[in-house]
Amino acid sequence: MRHAGTLVKVLRTTQGGVSAAFLIAVILCAVLASWIAPYAYDIQNLSAANQEPSWIHWLGTDEFGRDLLSRIIYGARTSLTVGVVSIGISVLVGTSLGAAAGYFGGTFDRAVTAVVDLTWSFPEILIALIFIAIIGPGLHSTAIAISIAYLAQFTRLTRSQIMALKTETYVEATINLGATHGHVLFRHLIPNALTPILVAAMLATGDAIILEATLGFFGLGAQPPTPSWGAMMSSGTATIFIAPWIIIFPGLAIALTVIAINLFGDEVIEALDIRARLRDS
Amino acid sequence: MPLLAVRDLAVSISRLRPLDGISFDLDKGEILGVVGESGSGKSLTAMAIMGLLPLIGGRVTGGTLHFDGIDLAGLGENEYRRLRGRRIALITQNPMTSLDPILRVGEQIDQVSRMHLGFSDSQAKKHSIELMQQLRVPEAATVHGQYPHQLSGGMKQRIVIAMALAADPELIIADEPTTALDVTIQAQIIQIMVDLVRDRGLALILITHDMSVVAQACDRVVVLYAGRVAESNRVGPIFASPRHPYTRDLIGCISRPGQVRGSLKGIRGNVPGVLDYPPGCRFNPRCDLAQMVCAEKPPEMEVDGASMVACHFSEGAR
Repeated sequence: MRHAGTLVKVLRTTQGGVSAAFLIAVILCAVLASWIAPYAYDIQNLSAANQEPSWIHWLGTDEFGRDLLSRIIYGARTSLTVGVVSIGISVLVGTSLGAAAGYFGGTFDRAVTAVVDLTWSFPEILIALIFIAIIGPGLHSTAIAISIAYLAQFTRLTRSQIMALKTETYVEATINLGATHGHVLFRHLIPNALTPILVAAMLATGDAIILEATLGFFGLGAQPPTPSWGAMMSSGTATIFIAPWIIIFPGLAIALTVIAINLFGDEVIEALDIRARLRDS
Repeated sequence: MPLLAVRDLAVSISRLRPLDGISFDLDKGEILGVVGESGSGKSLTAMAIMGLLPLIGGRVTGGTLHFDGIDLAGLGENEYRRLRGRRIALITQNPMTSLDPILRVGEQIDQVSRMHLGFSDSQAKKHSIELMQQLRVPEAATVHGQYPHQLSGGMKQRIVIAMALAADPELIIADEPTTALDVTIQAQIIQIMVDLVRDRGLALILITHDMSVVAQACDRVVVLYAGRVAESNRVGPIFASPRHPYTRDLIGCISRPGQVRGSLKGIRGNVPGVLDYPPGCRFNPRCDLAQMVCAEKPPEMEVDGASMVACHFSEGAR
């Protein structure tokens, strides 16, 4: 594995090590939620509503008396799944579009670039809102809307990488030896362009989690009782003065997760020395 | 019938005409040197034969190219692609950048024989390792699994040559294959290529600006200047009695043992760009023998057996 050395290098730094440990903890919460959460996420107990943190409910309870810690642990599942799935779709589609546009050029490239530049000029949240307005709220449509919102970024990045790479001598050399377009694209160009795309994808996952939380906050994402950090914050606004923990703890979960992703991503960029390649997209 | 016959080849890039009137033949088992300074049209000639001109927005606008009886100008891109690497292979200038940095070098050789000869993975690997051994790559099986950055320049050039040979082509075009290498390695690589041609009965076009490489390796030489043939002949006579002043100047650029310090002579001036080709003989502004007529009328090609020369004052016509 050609990136194994890089990973070791990242994990050896304090920033990389700490953020990686935190992210692994979040991922474990998401995967093992049903085993480690002390309560079910949807059990209501109105007599125990709005309780402050205690030994029984470590992070307190929300306005329906549901255990906040359990809901945050389950919420990690929603946030990470939406973040990873939506960015995954975005990368897959964006890389294909960008690679084809950058490699073949011509009318197709001009069309793709025009659409990409158009969406690029709007904030991601606006694009996501437009698509949710069209296809309706819910977890699936959130994921699709987020993936569309980030499509432009990956298309642009891939296109610029491919355009730079296709003039490399080794690409010409394989064409000189009779390689087909498919061979050149899939064996040489895309693998060489992949590193900055993967790093950008990691950082975008952090942004996608925030976007998911924002959409959830507006009630456009996961529908109750499915726990989502954004929706939990939204319900906490009503009780912000009598039970501030309801809004604070999900907010902390979002902030810490996204900060950890960004810090880890920064270290990876540093270790791979690809800041310039990411910027010129 | 020669393996490759080029007749009056002319190449245009948009409205410019960087090459015209290029003619030469090449037989199996023969090494043809194409010589000239940078900008004389050597690489363009190679690209024209390989059908790669569309990549740089150029096309063949005159003359004919026949390879083993096939009219290359009439080939579609798909037919051409099946020819490239399979029957005609091009070795590019710089081995340092001719290998994909993230693929093992062996895999890059394997790809060619898998693609053109339909070899399985294991067949291709065996074939590549044999090829590397013939190219005197030490510990070929180990090198097969290494990445380009782990290899020296000379070793990378051998890998690049192995890629070119992997599908058993009949014609190899080597575009300055040793320019980027150490002098000590250059002679080795040239010798390896000469041996290959002799052993396998290949035809090789060796593009170079170094007359000493021509003297070491080639059977015949075409001297290009500013997109035209200046002179063409067998290697013996061209060194013994060069007929074009440009050929004489190029030979004068080779250093000889025991040469007096400071007596190595260059050619004054530069090759004109395609926009500033002078009228008449294109070499006339740099030529010591230039007369009025040289600036007025392009010289006719004088053909005399194997010897071709385009000069108003060609010497030693037999």
